[in-house]
Amino acid sequence: MTVIGNHDALGTDGGVRLSEASARDFFELLKPRVMSLVVFTAFTGLMLAPGHLNPVLGVISVLCIAVGAGASGALNMWYDADIDAVMTRTAKRPIPAGRILPQEALAFGLTLSVFSVVILGLAVNWFAAGLLAFTIFFYVVVYTMWLKRSTPQNIVIGGASGAFPPMIGWACVTGGVSVDSILLFLIIFLWTPAHFWALALFKMRDYGAVGVPMMPNVVGEASTKNQIVVYAVLTALAAVAPAFTGLAGLGYGIFATLLGAVFIYCSIAVRRMPDGDERMVPAKKMFAYSILYLFAIFSALLADRLFEGLPSLLGGML
Amino acid sequence: MIETIKLNDAQKKSRRNRNIALGLVLAGLVILFYVMTLVKIGNIGG
Repeated sequence: MTVIGNHDALGTDGGVRLSEASARDFFELLKPRVMSLVVFTAFTGLMLAPGHLNPVLGVISVLCIAVGAGASGALNMWYDADIDAVMTRTAKRPIPAGRILPQEALAFGLTLSVFSVVILGLAVNWFAAGLLAFTIFFYVVVYTMWLKRSTPQNIVIGGASGAFPPMIGWACVTGGVSVDSILLFLIIFLWTPAHFWALALFKMRDYGAVGVPMMPNVVGEASTKNQIVVYAVLTALAAVAPAFTGLAGLGYGIFATLLGAVFIYCSIAVRRMPDGDERMVPAKKMFAYSILYLFAIFSALLADRLFEGLPSLLGGML
Repeated sequence: MIETIKLNDAQKKSRRNRNIALGLVLAGLVILFYVMTLVKIGNIGG
């Protein structure tokens, strides 16, 4: 199954194999689409946190969190190159496609990890830097190297790594953790299984081919669909909670309730999908909506905070 | 006579591309540390 043998420093013809990787290939190692979500949620955490952070340090914080997330993506691609080569969704990634050598990706990921953590520590605070280091460790070692290939709960526990960014953003401002920052963490943590299992349902064969024990392959479609509904309900509840803790206002609460209702509706549509459905349209819709949902929830939290501050800002100008 | 590795055009192009990117990243780091220092010093002064 391994493809790494093709990309040793010595080429297949025995000559020295020199890299033809472009900067773009290295950028692709950072999983830019995942990084955009990380940037957005980290920025939201930073904006919602009580207290003040110099805007320049705020930009540096988000940059470091983004680079740290990208580094863990590169390390994930380095470790998973063998299974990525087999799955249609990932076969064109830089390592399985042969554009980047595994050792290049490893060095790149490690370097960026160290730089992102150290710079965040020096510029902002070491608590946030420690949280970023833990996130990278959790994603690469706990999720990628351990859980992903050993348990169908991989995405549930591993999802924590994707949920940490708003907490890190929050910690950049406050230097600590609070109930509200844990709530931001919970929204993404509970959202991840519903989001990922919707994808796993229509990519089941891919995961089955490489032996990754995703929930549909292990417990079957019916049980996975039930669990998707449970996680969708829990996500919707967690997303409304900021309106009750005072982190966001009533307007946000109403908006989050409506979005959550649609999220639950999508999950019920997935549950009603017959077993063995070839097209899996409801699962594809659920996957697409889940991304929109998370962006919308965090956008609404941001908007709520901005509008809350608007009257005092206008008052100060008058 | 020392035998050296000859790069083909694609390898030369990608190496140049990577060098430019690395140069930009290093320049960015210099600016980052400079600005970071200014902000930190400003905070101490304030």
